[in-house]
Amino acid sequence: MSETTRSLVRLGGRLRSVAPFARRLLDGATSGIDDWMTEKLGEEFNARLSRVPLNLTPTGVDPFGLDPQWTKYALAAVAFLHRHYFRTEVFGAEHVPKGRALLVANHSGQVPIDGALIGAALFMDVEPPRFMRAMVEKWTQTLPFVSLLFSRVGQVVGVPENAQRLLESEEALLVFPEGARGISKPFEKRYQLCDFGLGFMRLALETNTPIVPVSVIGGEEQYISVGNFDALAKMLRMPSFPILPQLLLPFGALPLPTRYRITFGEPMRFEGDPDDDDAVIEEKVYVVKATVQAMVNRGLKARKSVFF
Amino acid sequence: MMDSHPKPPRTPSSSRPPPGPHSGPPSVLPRGPLLPRGQGTVIVTGACGRLGKRLVRALHRERRVIGIDRRPFPDKPKDVIHEQLDIRRKKLKDVFRGERIEAVVHLGVMHDPRASAAEHHSWNVAGFQKLLEYAAHYGVPKLVVLSSANVYGPQPDNAQFLREEAPLLGGARFSEIRDLIEVDMLAQGFYWKHPDTETVILRPVHILGGVHNAASNFLRLPTIPTLLGFDPMIQLVHESDVVRAMHCALAPGKRGIYNIGGPEPLPLSHIVKILGKPSLPVPYTLGKAVLKRLWSFRLTTFPAPELDHIRFVCMVDDSRAREELDYAPACSIEQTVRSVDVDV
Repeated sequence: MSETTRSLVRLGGRLRSVAPFARRLLDGATSGIDDWMTEKLGEEFNARLSRVPLNLTPTGVDPFGLDPQWTKYALAAVAFLHRHYFRTEVFGAEHVPKGRALLVANHSGQVPIDGALIGAALFMDVEPPRFMRAMVEKWTQTLPFVSLLFSRVGQVVGVPENAQRLLESEEALLVFPEGARGISKPFEKRYQLCDFGLGFMRLALETNTPIVPVSVIGGEEQYISVGNFDALAKMLRMPSFPILPQLLLPFGALPLPTRYRITFGEPMRFEGDPDDDDAVIEEKVYVVKATVQAMVNRGLKARKSVFF
Repeated sequence: MMDSHPKPPRTPSSSRPPPGPHSGPPSVLPRGPLLPRGQGTVIVTGACGRLGKRLVRALHRERRVIGIDRRPFPDKPKDVIHEQLDIRRKKLKDVFRGERIEAVVHLGVMHDPRASAAEHHSWNVAGFQKLLEYAAHYGVPKLVVLSSANVYGPQPDNAQFLREEAPLLGGARFSEIRDLIEVDMLAQGFYWKHPDTETVILRPVHILGGVHNAASNFLRLPTIPTLLGFDPMIQLVHESDVVRAMHCALAPGKRGIYNIGGPEPLPLSHIVKILGKPSLPVPYTLGKAVLKRLWSFRLTTFPAPELDHIRFVCMVDDSRAREELDYAPACSIEQTVRSVDVDV
């Protein structure tokens, strides 16, 4: 015991001597990033940051582990994509309520860039700016760094209790009721919504939360999938294995710079017993799905070009 | 029996476990003056532990306290009776037989991960069963059991704040904790089988202070090892706040299972920062392998599965305790964290 203690003390001493250098390096890096952020995203970015409603504990994080400092840098990266790479157009930002809200969106694009861009839109275009909360797969918690990053930028483990608690503390929560089926649609099925899960409706009824339908256009063309390798996906235990010919091109791993169009619809309110039969809940879910599909169809009709 | 207007038990008395060697009604009727509820004699098991001593000191001015522990109690207050005995012994019954007992507070759970599994099990489970048997036989009106939030266990798919109804999965990855879960379950069984006894089960999060538990010992290390890429949110509670919670639980009329959270939760890295100690991030697989080796050479007191506590969340929702028990922690998070080095 004393052996280990002594070696730990020695190690601690060595770490202390390294610490000042590391800190100076880190400080230099963060001030550099801060300058770059102001240049690319404007002074407004920092002003918006100070207006986000947060419920922080005295140690500077929220009860779910969201750290505004981490979120700032994550948002800056996403906001850069939002403004300069995908040049997102946002419609209906005034429809997002000030308090609790459940954002229900169509899912697309093989990689969940749509979620990140909705998050950027909530921060950059909605008034007051919000930090979007979303739910992540349970297994991500076992991955080092990934679990840490998700927790610090406000993404929580996908269990109903967490969703309920977030809504009760007046947060904006994003869900994709299509789930993993939605994100890996092949190109010929683009913008055709898959079946919605029922969980989000029960959650909205239980917490008396308005549902904000969100349509995302532009995601389906970023990675063009010509089909699914079902056998391989099963073997690798992945939800799907899309075949993306563009990966063979130089820089093909980058998504195509399509123009995203994100539309927030008018909030929908539902009433009823959250523990009702599936059939009763399904009817309400169908109304939401039809609304999102209609918004997607309208947006597609209005769109002149995929890239501009 | 004890109340002037006893409530009819919800379960038929025939379904109760046989009340020890003497069956039938209690052989000894209450002696001595009848004190109003909340002022009668309290038995505290595990009274010589750090937490036990604190509880005894908090209670002995208000009411008669009998401490039960097989360890000696060198600096005990004069008016406290110390019965130095093993709770598995028959002699325990004499304590109950001797006078009217109003409450039993069970703290005497063995946590030593080095003790053999058989000894552990026999002390924690068989000993507690004996205690429950006597509490039922002598119609003790109040039972407070100190369990732990560790019975839920750190899991990757835990809700951020676990309610009292969450399943007790702590044993899934860490088998040494199974008898603590069994103690919790036994107490829950007792709650339903003996509605005349107000049973309170407290599940506090990591207790810090002068106590020698894994969490406090971990934070007392000169360099705090962490897992590379993991920084879970953690709840901590000061030992004096746990004593406060037990005090609240002893009030007449309180019953049920309560999570006891401390002040606000915070990430492990903030705890390290408050302590002002260097930390050493280690990859999980390496840390686990090294800890296993150290454990087998008896160079550490931390079994490898406990690494999950600095990897995944295991936090509780204590709103029920705050509303129903009127419990609120008095120590700030800084005081609570610093207490590991100050209160020794």
